[in-house]
Amino acid sequence: MWDYAKLIVLAAVALLAAIAANYAHDLPYMVNAIEVAIAAAITFIYVLRLVGEDKTSTPNEYQDGVIRAGVIATSFWGIVGFLVGVVIAFQLAFPSLNLGNVTEGILNFGRLRPLHTSAVIFAFGGNALIMSAFYVVQRTSAARLWGGNLGWFVFWGWQLMIVLAASSYILGGTEGKEYAETVWYIDLWITVVWVAFLAVFVGTLVKRREPHIYVANWFYLSMILTVAMLHLVNNAAIPVSILGSLSVPVYSGVQDAMVQWWYGHNAVGFFLTAGFLGMMYYFVPKQVERPVYSYKLSIIHFWALIFLYIWAGPHHLHYTALPDWASTLGMVFSVMLWMPSWGGMINGLMTLSGAWDKLRTDPVVRMMVIAIGFYGMSTFEGPVMSIKAVNSLSHYTDWTIGHVHSGALGWNGMITFSVLYFLTPRLWNREGLYSLKLVSWHFWLATIGIVLYAASMWVSGIMEGLMWREVDANGFLVNAFADTVAAKFPMYVVRGLGGAMYLTGGLIMVYNLWMTVNAQPAKASAYAAVPAE
Amino acid sequence: METYSFLRELADSWALLLLTLFFVGAAVWAFRPGSRAIHQEAANVIFKHDKSPGPLPGPSKEG
Repeated sequence: MWDYAKLIVLAAVALLAAIAANYAHDLPYMVNAIEVAIAAAITFIYVLRLVGEDKTSTPNEYQDGVIRAGVIATSFWGIVGFLVGVVIAFQLAFPSLNLGNVTEGILNFGRLRPLHTSAVIFAFGGNALIMSAFYVVQRTSAARLWGGNLGWFVFWGWQLMIVLAASSYILGGTEGKEYAETVWYIDLWITVVWVAFLAVFVGTLVKRREPHIYVANWFYLSMILTVAMLHLVNNAAIPVSILGSLSVPVYSGVQDAMVQWWYGHNAVGFFLTAGFLGMMYYFVPKQVERPVYSYKLSIIHFWALIFLYIWAGPHHLHYTALPDWASTLGMVFSVMLWMPSWGGMINGLMTLSGAWDKLRTDPVVRMMVIAIGFYGMSTFEGPVMSIKAVNSLSHYTDWTIGHVHSGALGWNGMITFSVLYFLTPRLWNREGLYSLKLVSWHFWLATIGIVLYAASMWVSGIMEGLMWREVDANGFLVNAFADTVAAKFPMYVVRGLGGAMYLTGGLIMVYNLWMTVNAQPAKASAYAAVPAE
Repeated sequence: METYSFLRELADSWALLLLTLFFVGAAVWAFRPGSRAIHQEAANVIFKHDKSPGPLPGPSKEG
């Protein structure tokens, strides 16, 4: 019965999407509608072939299939996102790489930049968060994922969102909001998938068989809830037509800017920090085989982070039309935020106390430690840059880009790589990784790549900030904007090289993970014995 | 009083006080007597159910 309902809905979606493609007002909408029609048709055939099959659930086994798919998707989108990043880095150094004459703007920096940011944050980071949340919540709750195949809906729904967003960006569809560029109908789809994610996560927590909810789940849950709230408020918009991708935001002027950066900074704070801290609190203790250094500190870390982060957004709008009190508030909370951030860093690092020797023998632990190190570094740099006097120099310069990437490549990237290295042998039931030597290669390539990236952007950013404010004896500006662009060229090349090294490291990881599964036999005792607790 | 001024005053008085108290309360609660054993157990949950949730007690609700 349920199958027939699904088939009717899928057929209707495919038909309506095809009709919408026919009447579309603009190109991104038309292409997206065709993609939706194809996705619905494929799902229709898949459901049709399974009608009447016995779908017995196995509540005493974990649902790991969707996590395996998540591992593959995380690796794949990671490579795509890094590759686009390297391309746009070299486009900035060598503008002819925009290929304006050949592609009529489709591969311009302006189109590829949101593709890069969305690919690394929402495709790479989002898949990493979803799959690791599914892994952690099952293991710490001693319960199978709630909702049957709802987990699979979350996975495929998220991939569909990524494909829709990517094709929409390069064809010119955008809402013009940084990190929230997706047009209105993709925003609606994100909401549906995200609510399903919340339901699966909370459903699993509800049927848990451990009395306590492990702290990693608190971080994951706060990430899911807060991102839902941010997404809904920031993307409030009225479509011009249901057959077009254009929409008008409901806020305007400085309110719109404030809502955008309340969203933008908390996308960093909850998507890229709280969620990834959930990974840290589970996978670091697991990998070093010791419980977290201080569980009390982790509780205080959680509440302090939650209470402070949400107010830090206005530091993106210093010296704008935003009221002074609001920007001071943002600055003060950003500075206070340093404390919980470092509390968390200390908690993560000290988990290794008594096991520091693993740094020598286990490159995955090394990767986790450098991830936490970069977390500490960028959460120190951030508060410094949020101070108005510093911000007057650093804002709008490459320093900001460098800061974001030491956080994203160093913290989010490295912790995700270590989680992928942790999960792959376990999920595919292999003895261990194919090659630890290749993990070391990945580690050093990525680390040196980040150092090149961050250092060149510091030099470039501070130089350009100083050049912009330089005045001569009569009070005239000394440099034209184009002068700063010309001066930045060598740093742009170094940045591109750093990115290329990071990408190479990622490719080595994918090879290593592939060989872990395909060049090694499965372990003999597959899920045979359950230890008596 | 207009909405903006009302919300503004509420935010930097009662709301600020309540949020601060909640935070301090949460921190103090973490140090309550007897919490050490609970936290130790909680911190070790990650080592307990690695491979499977274990046999289900009683008839399963699913299925």
